[in-house]
Amino acid sequence: MTLVRTLLLRLMTTAVTLFGVAVIVFFVIRVVPGNPVAMMLPPGATAEDVARLTALYGLDKSIPQQFVIWGAGVLHGDFGTSITLRQPVLALVLGRLPATLELSVLALVMAVLMGGAAALTGTRLRETRVEGGIDVANGMALSVPDFLWGLVLILVFGVLLPVFQISGRVTPSLHLPFVTNFYLVESLVRLRFDLTRDLLAHMFLPAFALAIPLAAIIGQLLKQSLKETMHLDYVTLARTQGYSEARVIWREALPNAILPTLTLVGVQFTFLIGGTVIIERLFSYEGLGNMAIDAVINRDLPLIQGIVILFAVIFTGVNLVVDLTYAALNPRLRHG
Amino acid sequence: MSFLEVRDLSVRLKGGGPLLRNVSLTVAAGEVRGLVGESGAGKSMIGKAILGILPRSVEISSGAIVLDGTDLLTLPPAMRRQRVGATCALIPQDPLTALNPSRRIGPQITDRLVDILGWKRAEAEARARALLHEVQIADPDRVLRQYPHELSGGMRQRILIASAFAAEPRLIVADEPTTALDVTVQKQILKLIAGLQARHGTALLFVTHDLGVVSKVCQSLSVLYSGKVVEDTDVARFFAGPAHPYSAALLAATPKYTDPTAGLNPVPEAVIAAVRAEVENG
Amino acid sequence: MADGRALICRRAGLRLWLSLGWLALLVVVAVLAPWVAPKNPLEQDLFSGRLPPFWVHGADPAFLLGTDSLGRDVLSRIIFGTRIALAVALISGTLTCVIGASLGLLAGFYRGWVDIVISRFIDIWMAFPPVLFSILLIAVIGPGLFSIILAIVVIDWTRFARVVRAEAMAQGAMDYVASARVAGRGRFSTMLREILPNVLPIIVVLLTLEMGIAVIVEAILSFVNLSISTDDPTWGGMISEGRTSIHQAWWVLVFPLITLFLTVLSFSQLGEGLKDRFDPVLR
Repeated sequence: MTLVRTLLLRLMTTAVTLFGVAVIVFFVIRVVPGNPVAMMLPPGATAEDVARLTALYGLDKSIPQQFVIWGAGVLHGDFGTSITLRQPVLALVLGRLPATLELSVLALVMAVLMGGAAALTGTRLRETRVEGGIDVANGMALSVPDFLWGLVLILVFGVLLPVFQISGRVTPSLHLPFVTNFYLVESLVRLRFDLTRDLLAHMFLPAFALAIPLAAIIGQLLKQSLKETMHLDYVTLARTQGYSEARVIWREALPNAILPTLTLVGVQFTFLIGGTVIIERLFSYEGLGNMAIDAVINRDLPLIQGIVILFAVIFTGVNLVVDLTYAALNPRLRHG
Repeated sequence: MSFLEVRDLSVRLKGGGPLLRNVSLTVAAGEVRGLVGESGAGKSMIGKAILGILPRSVEISSGAIVLDGTDLLTLPPAMRRQRVGATCALIPQDPLTALNPSRRIGPQITDRLVDILGWKRAEAEARARALLHEVQIADPDRVLRQYPHELSGGMRQRILIASAFAAEPRLIVADEPTTALDVTVQKQILKLIAGLQARHGTALLFVTHDLGVVSKVCQSLSVLYSGKVVEDTDVARFFAGPAHPYSAALLAATPKYTDPTAGLNPVPEAVIAAVRAEVENG
Repeated sequence: MADGRALICRRAGLRLWLSLGWLALLVVVAVLAPWVAPKNPLEQDLFSGRLPPFWVHGADPAFLLGTDSLGRDVLSRIIFGTRIALAVALISGTLTCVIGASLGLLAGFYRGWVDIVISRFIDIWMAFPPVLFSILLIAVIGPGLFSIILAIVVIDWTRFARVVRAEAMAQGAMDYVASARVAGRGRFSTMLREILPNVLPIIVVLLTLEMGIAVIVEAILSFVNLSISTDDPTWGGMISEGRTSIHQAWWVLVFPLITLFLTVLSFSQLGEGLKDRFDPVLR
């Protein structure tokens, strides 16, 4: 009952937020000085050519009128046609989405593993030098954003010790037998581990750059709540029952300490996805973010709109999922 | 021969002052010993030292904790943990925080029987059901499926008591098990612990600041002041007339439940000063 | 244990002083740039393109940290880039702080519809990918120092608004606020005189952190060639060029990167250090 109500309420605020995003993007980019259509035509184009193309993309109507037309289209799944690439925006965007999703999820997994390991090790060896070292590393990782970590990684693992690839998603000369754009997933499903290897060699550094700040946040917060939990009586009780320290941390403390971290990871995951924009650019990775920057530079209005809306949908969707997971995992809320 | 013998145990803050000074006490098989003292006297510290759950800021500086003929302090940590887990149990002070809020009651009682003591799952579950029955919980099957937050403080303490007796330990440390409860519930819980102890013949180290509780449950007691045992005697002799001036003052300061008109007599300053001097010097 | 804590304190203090020292050095270098820089940062010399830094074989000692592909002096460009980086940090940091904190304060203290409106805007802002949003804004208003500052203010005001709103709400619920009101203070005056001083420490911390973020945003925008102009010496622009010629001339990337890294690290360590100093106030 309460869960359903929470869900409905959240869906409603999500819809309002997305509408707000659509309105803002739509109006902001229409203040663009300079006619994007003029930019697409060859230098010898006549005024009639410009007018014809302007009418074709509906740019001759008033801005509110354009919004209504565009909004109606969006509700039918039609996000318009890219001006520069001359293909439906939805198809373009959905074609790139898998690349960005694979990168983000890989980064999330890496962040959770690294942050979790740091937190558990720090808790197991609390009040020792090891914990101090972990704290210092976390502080450094947190202070510097993914963009700079990306550059550092390019220098270290791309130039000094060239073990990973620093640009692209996959070696261009490889023949890819894939039918979807989820290359990594599909290479695993098809048991083409040679391709998985190549994909990972390309994805590792950008994913790592995205993962470093999030890993530090997870490490810090989880360690703090683990340490608080370790003082509680039920943990002490488990110790008297003969469980080892490691098992006490894993079984008793972790499930209770993980909830506050989980909410934070949700919010931070949206930041991570936002970070893919510049990281994809940095590593020339063919994802949504890279496409978005090209679209902005080329003034491709329909494509920009489509990509920003898709990002907003992902952000709000992630937050929604996190809130619901939180409600489902917390027995007090579930039965309350 | 005593099941538990604590010999000359000293505990101190790491790089700081002493918390326990040459504490010695024994608990024979099936005996109920009270451990009395004001807060900060180090009562709980003794229980924690025995069970191996001292805080990290604290260390044992000397002494021995002999459990069933073996000095626990000479064992490697894993062995010590196993031995304590198999033969001892704790009834904690605050039932509200002593159950894991994210797990159902059932596994919290049965898991250690299966994981640590190697019971069969069905065996452990039957045992949990029987024990909940024994601590007078009306609907054990339902309670075993519930989460801690769905139960009252009294219920939770019953569950913790049942859990403590689950593996038939030979020694239970009860760390102020009634302090956090309502006065009305306190009496029932006390009766319950006494009853179970008598039926199972378990030795019990009962940590409390309440001499009224001691008179009801214990056979012998140790009085602790500022980390030192100032009197070690049996309950009848103690209530007839304590040997140590601090004990006497403590007894006088305890309100008489039988005589509600009697006023409170705090421990006189002079006695405190004398005892402190004695403890510091010896 | 007591010793350990003192050691940690001293270490934290050291970090604070190192950060302050680096930032002070940057300020001095920025102010004195024309006198400190060995070369004109814009001067091209195609005959001395991609010269390595002084210790590498084949270097020209006149170009201490080497030259880029157009033969411009890396060290001089870093020095002049400091001016832009610090200007962006100070101006956009302060503006973002003033706007974001004011909105947060109003929302947190006045509650009601003011809060509803502001919070809804914060939610909408949180649904934008920030980097993409800033790139979009620059594309719309055109490159330039003013655009960068505007973009940073527009994307980052929520950072202040969110925290200050929560803090003002917590403070507003306390008794001292009620007693000020009972004593006859007006609402607005209560907000400025009672609430603001109590949220000020956290605002100062956020401001410090924001300056570091502003430096990064400027670098990112320069990196996608949207910042000022490609000629003007910016750290991000240098990094962008360095990224393309990384296998031929690593120094074009490495030195501006180190400078940027230390600057961002200093701002954030300074913020963290201040947070620890203010801790008793914040608790």
